[in-house]
Amino acid sequence: MKPVFMTYTKKDLTNLAVCMVLSVLIIPTFIKTEYWYTSILIPWLCLALATIGQQIVMGYTGQLALGAAGFMAAGAFAMFNLILRVPDLGFVGSLIVSGLIAAAFGILFGLPSLKVRGIYLMVATLASQFFIIWMIDKFGWFKNYDSSGIITAQDIVILGKPFTTPLAMYFVCLAVTTILTLLAMNMARGSTGRNWMAVRDMDIAAESMGVSLLRTKVQAFAISAFYCGVAGALFAFCYLKSLEPVAFDIKLSFKILFMCILGGLGTINGAFIGAAFILLFPVLLNAIGNNVFHGAIDATIISSIEQVIFGLLMIIFMIYEPLGMAKLWENFKQSIRLKLSSSGIKSVKSSAQKSE
Amino acid sequence: MANELLFFMEVLVGGLLAGTMYSLVALGFVLIFKASATFNFSQGAMVFFSVLAFCGFMQDFNIPFVLAFILAALLMVVVGLCTERLVLRPLMNASEDTVLMATIGLGYVLEGLAQAAWGVEVRRLDLGIGDFPVPWIADNLKLFISALDITAGLVAALMIIGLFLLFKYTKIGLGLRAVADDAGAASSIGIPLKHIMLLVWSAAGVVALVAGCMWGARAGVQFALVDLALKALPVLIIGGFSSIPGAIVGGLIIGAVEKILEVYIGPFFGGAIEGWAPYVLAIFFLLYRPEGLFGEKIIRRV
Repeated sequence: MKPVFMTYTKKDLTNLAVCMVLSVLIIPTFIKTEYWYTSILIPWLCLALATIGQQIVMGYTGQLALGAAGFMAAGAFAMFNLILRVPDLGFVGSLIVSGLIAAAFGILFGLPSLKVRGIYLMVATLASQFFIIWMIDKFGWFKNYDSSGIITAQDIVILGKPFTTPLAMYFVCLAVTTILTLLAMNMARGSTGRNWMAVRDMDIAAESMGVSLLRTKVQAFAISAFYCGVAGALFAFCYLKSLEPVAFDIKLSFKILFMCILGGLGTINGAFIGAAFILLFPVLLNAIGNNVFHGAIDATIISSIEQVIFGLLMIIFMIYEPLGMAKLWENFKQSIRLKLSSSGIKSVKSSAQKSE
Repeated sequence: MANELLFFMEVLVGGLLAGTMYSLVALGFVLIFKASATFNFSQGAMVFFSVLAFCGFMQDFNIPFVLAFILAALLMVVVGLCTERLVLRPLMNASEDTVLMATIGLGYVLEGLAQAAWGVEVRRLDLGIGDFPVPWIADNLKLFISALDITAGLVAALMIIGLFLLFKYTKIGLGLRAVADDAGAASSIGIPLKHIMLLVWSAAGVVALVAGCMWGARAGVQFALVDLALKALPVLIIGGFSSIPGAIVGGLIIGAVEKILEVYIGPFFGGAIEGWAPYVLAIFFLLYRPEGLFGEKIIRRV
C-alpha cells in the first residue's frame, strides 16, 4: 500500500505559521530567563514528543501500552553510547539511530499485541519497562563502566558548532519536535493512520477489509518507540544533562500515559496540551503554596495533592469527556465561532461540510 | 549433594511462601473482576492506602491494634462505597479500557490521599510475628522459613477457603456470579447491583488491608508497596483473571520461579532479575495460553 501524503489546507498552513512565529520569533525575544527554557520549554517539547509516541500506539492504534519511559531510556542510552563509540555519526545521525534502536525494542515488546489487548497488553508492555531499565542498570557497558550511577551527557555538537546554551538547546528540541510532529500528522492523516484507526475501532473488521494486523500493530509500536527513543535522547541530553536509569522509571511512563489521556486520545495537539498541563500544573501548585500560603504547606503534601488532582481529573475526564482537553479546546473554539457569527447554525453546517 | 537439594528446597519453599503474598494482592483484583468484569488497577494503591491508614490509626492516634484494624476495614468500605457511587456508576456503560483508565486515576487519588493524610516516611508495622526462621522447622527439617511467610500462607489459605465457600454456596455468591456473567440480566431479575458492587469493593478493600499488613510487616509501609503490588498483574495473567484458585497458583508460580531464577541464574547477570522475570513469564503465558491456567477462555463477539 502506497502511503498517501496529506493535502495541506489553508488552515493547516496558518496553524503552522502561527506556531512557528510564536516558537521561533516571539518566545526567544520575550523570554529571557533561563529558567523558562531549562525547566519548562525544553522538557515540555521532549515530553510532548514522547506523548506523541504514546498517542500513536494508544490513541491511534488503540493498544493499551505502558512502557514509554523504557523506550525513552533505550533511546537515551543508545544516544550516549553512539556519541561515545561512533563519533562519526554526529548528533543528528546518532539521534536517528538511537530512535531506530528504541524502535527495535518497540517491535520486540509490541509482538504480544498481536495476541492480546487491554490490560493483558499493558502487563506485557510493563515487561519492556522493567527489562530495559534493568538491562541498562546491570550491564556496565551501557554506562561505559561508570560506577557513580549518574553519567554526564556529552555536549551537543552539530556540524562542529556547540549547542550548549539553554536557548540553543531549545532550538535543537524545537527543530526535532517540529519535524517529527509534522511527520506524525502526515502519518495520522494518511493511509498509515487510517489503518491504525481501523485497527483501533474494530480490528476484526479491519482485517477483513484487508488491513494486515501484524503489519499495522508492529508498525505502530515501532514508530511509537522511535518517537519515545528520540524524545528520551533529547530529554537526557537537553533537559537532564545526565543519564541515569532511575530517571526513566515507571512513574515517568504513567506521567506520559496521563499526558496522553488527559490531552486527548487520538490527537496530536492533545499531546502538546497534555504535556503542558502535567508539567505546568505542579509548578502552579508550588507557586500557590509558596505565595498564598507562604510555605505553610509542606512540599510533600503539595505533591500529594497534585497526585490526587491528577487522579481526579483522570476520572472526571473518563466520565464526562473521554476525548480529553483537545476536545474541550475544540468545543471552546466551536462555541466562540458560533457566538461570533450572526447566523451561527450556518457556520456549523458549513464547517461540518468542510470537514467531510 | 544433599546439601544442594536442601538449599534448593529452601529456595523453593521460600519462593512459594513469598508467592502467597502476591496471591493476596491478586485476590483483590480477582474479586472485583469476577463480580464486575472490571480490571481494578488501583488494587495496589488500595493495599498501600489501607495499610497506611491502619498504621496511622495505631501510631498517630494510639488506637489499639484490633480497633485500628476494624477502623481501617471500615475506611475501606467507605472507599468502596465512594468508588461505586462516584466512579463506577457513571461509567456503567463505558468500554473496558475507559473503566481501566478511570481506576488508574483512582489509584492516583488513593496514593495521594494516603500520603497527604499520613505522610511519606516509611512506617514500621509490627504484627507481633517475627520475620525470622522458625526454630522448630529449622531444627527438624533443616529449612529456614520465616514465621511471617507461614502466617501469610495460612492467611491466604483461609481467605481462599472463605471466598470459595462464599462464591459457591451462599446466595450472595450466586448473585455475584450472576452479575459477573451478565449485569443487565442479573439486575432485571432483581439482584441489587448496587449492593453487590459495594460488597465486592469492600471485600476487595479488606483483602487489600490484609495483604498490606503482610507486606508492610516485611518491607515497611512505604510507597514501594504500590510497585510491588504491580507484580500481582503477571500473577493474574498466569492464573487467569477470573479464578480465585488461579490467583493462588499464579502467585505460587511467580514466587517460586522468580526466587529460583534469582538464586540460580541471577548471579550471571548481576542479580535483581526478580524485577522483570515475572512479566516476561507472563508474556510467555500470553503467547501460548492467554486465558491463564484457570481462566475462562476469552471469547470476543464481533
